[in-house]
Amino acid sequence: MAETKARVARPLSPHIQIYRFMLTYVMSGFHRVTGAGLYFGMLFVVWWLMAAASGPNAYAQVQWFMGTIIGRLVLLGFTWALIHHALGGIRHLIWDTLHGFGPSEREWLARATLVGSISLTIIVWVAGYLAMGGGR
Amino acid sequence: MEPNVSMKTPLGRVRGLGSARSGTQHFWHQRLTSVAGIPLTIAFIVIVIALLGRNHAAAVQILGSPLVAIVMLLFIINTVYHMCIGMQEIIIDYVHNDLTKFIVLMGNTFFGVAVALASIYAILKLSSGV
Repeated sequence: MAETKARVARPLSPHIQIYRFMLTYVMSGFHRVTGAGLYFGMLFVVWWLMAAASGPNAYAQVQWFMGTIIGRLVLLGFTWALIHHALGGIRHLIWDTLHGFGPSEREWLARATLVGSISLTIIVWVAGYLAMGGGR
Repeated sequence: MEPNVSMKTPLGRVRGLGSARSGTQHFWHQRLTSVAGIPLTIAFIVIVIALLGRNHAAAVQILGSPLVAIVMLLFIINTVYHMCIGMQEIIIDYVHNDLTKFIVLMGNTFFGVAVALASIYAILKLSSGV
């Protein structure tokens, strides 16, 4: 909005803190926050690809970092954010077809997004550890 | 604007103020890239899992193979475009000072171009085996 010269103290509409807790608005916020997180998380993807293109030493550095506790937490967060954002996106695509707006449906979708993202993250990590041949 | 002072014709006054018929472009592109992102993200996760624990030589071989490289290129291009539209929406929502907004919007574009170009260069380099 363009700044107006005379700012009149008009009443503002209430922000979310005044409303009763709703899972749907929390999931809406999660969608945006995970999206923003993944935006910066792409830097790790770039780092990984550039290291692979640079040579064994650079690649070993990435592998070392991803093996540390912090690296694994970053990777876990990235995995969950990616899956959560993807499921949240599917929820939005369902809404785009004008379905799923009913009181029970939207609540169910919000829960399914959260339960689905946590379950799928666990499945992906189990698959990852199995692919590596057990934990290291 | 005072109504009777302007010498503009009624048509001239309203021209450009109505619907440009392009307001839904970002909305549509966000949907397009989100649909494309579903299979590409699954493929990306599979590729990362396949590379876990492997050494550099194996990683180069897998990332440089045509199918994996093409899927990775599609994933990067699609994701970067999607995330830049999304971040633009976030910026427009929260940054209200015009100067800051333009600077941050520029930064958003620069970031996207840099991320995409660096990734594409790396993938192409891995593919060409140089």
